Amino acid sequence: MGAVRDLALAEDVLQDACLAALQHWPADGIPEQPRAWLLRTARNRAIDHFRRDANFRLKQSELAVLTALQNQAGPDEMDHEIEDDRLRMVFTCCHPALSEPARVALTLRTIGGLTTFEIARAFLVPETTMAQRLVRAKRKIKAAKIPYRVPPPHLWAARLNAVLAVIYLVFNEGYAATSGSEPLRASLCDEAIRLGGILADLVPHDGEVLGLVALMLLHDSRREARMDEAGRLVTLENQDRGRWNSDRIEAGVRALTQAALLGPPGPYQIQAAISAVHARAQNYDATDWAEIVALYDQLLALNPTPVVALNRAVAVSFADGAGAGLAALRGLNEDGAMDQYQPFHAAHADLLRRTGHGAAAADAYRQALAHTNNDAEQEFLRARLEALTRNSQSSN
Amino acid sequence: MQYMLMIYSEDGSGPQPETPEFGEMMQGYGAFTEEVRGNGVMLHGDPLQPVSTATTVRVRDGAVHTTDGPFAETKETLGGFYILECENLDEAIAYAGKIPGAKHGSIEVRPIMVFE
Repeated sequence: MGAVRDLALAEDVLQDACLAALQHWPADGIPEQPRAWLLRTARNRAIDHFRRDANFRLKQSELAVLTALQNQAGPDEMDHEIEDDRLRMVFTCCHPALSEPARVALTLRTIGGLTTFEIARAFLVPETTMAQRLVRAKRKIKAAKIPYRVPPPHLWAARLNAVLAVIYLVFNEGYAATSGSEPLRASLCDEAIRLGGILADLVPHDGEVLGLVALMLLHDSRREARMDEAGRLVTLENQDRGRWNSDRIEAGVRALTQAALLGPPGPYQIQAAISAVHARAQNYDATDWAEIVALYDQLLALNPTPVVALNRAVAVSFADGAGAGLAALRGLNEDGAMDQYQPFHAAHADLLRRTGHGAAAADAYRQALAHTNNDAEQEFLRARLEALTRNSQSSN
Repeated sequence: MQYMLMIYSEDGSGPQPETPEFGEMMQGYGAFTEEVRGNGVMLHGDPLQPVSTATTVRVRDGAVHTTDGPFAETKETLGGFYILECENLDEAIAYAGKIPGAKHGSIEVRPIMVFE
């Protein structure tokens, strides 16, 4: 299929082959090498397709390649080919010339095997909208000739990053939805972790792939503890650590350890390491904040973004006191770059509260409230604001 | 596949004539044109006269209407183009990134429709 060099056709023929499997396997039994059977069938369908194609002559060279492959490849080589083909699909679906929502949708559809309906539901858009998004993306791949290939070495790093970003986007969409009343659309988290696992199999030599897998597993280990029965967000500080998923933590730490063997850590590995520090702490007070600040320093060196700097400032406030954290945080918004960023106002409010600036803290909570549409986040911020006002009234 | 690389920029943005930066930019265009010619991918390319010379033509109910100016009043206007023969979109994007105008304006890359 890889020899076809065409995403749409590769997808179609594989789908045909799966349909054929559904017809034949119940009657004839499952073949010994199901994957190889599927690939052989898909290849035959591709050849059929070329024969039907009006431009048959133009495709003769491709047909010759297909026939040669069909005749020579044993089951093992076929497995490799399936993997190469999936990798080509991954890179095509995550090509930076496609819009981000299109990349996400295509990846979930083509690599994850989700139905258009499932993707539409997960992203809270009508099914027809999602179907159009997919059709438009596929049309662009074809019309603009987005190459159906694993990128060459000089593009590799940037393009792998684009793939990882898509997977992490899927995870975050599930982990902290920015709209709607159900912040944990858990199936998307599972799907992202599954996609990460597929990619780690396909690209075993890159530490960042495993780093991302570790990060997602470690975040996801807190899924159950992150919400109370009423669906309210519970901060790390107040989470019942007994409800953390120890299997997830173990798998995450294992992936992180493996990743560390593959070279100097990248941003995903460092973020996973930060998450692992939390996972290791028996309780909130036992958190090694100095270690976390050191990891944020590393991350900031690789990724000097306001968001990372914000998280670093919060870590500083636990390592060196709320006053130090407040000073670090204020330095970040001198140009007003964070005025629209809800987490900045939430962190600012919390640090003001901890340093005893009640009125200013209340203002910052109101700012934070104005910048989120997420029901659970709003409820959390409102509760904080009310507690603050109550305290200041009782102390007056 | 043929791609049209359209060079858009805001009027007055980027290096101004009679500055050293302008000379550098023009040299950059010269070098880029040499490169795509040398690589055998250049089909055509030219700068356009400023947008103030544009005329827009529409036919409505059989009558030709002309208006002064470009189709849409936008800040960024088309200033020139290259038509290149590239293997795929990645190659076209790589060339687009080398066009000097990409530094202050933007390059729209569009595949040219082929009628089979």
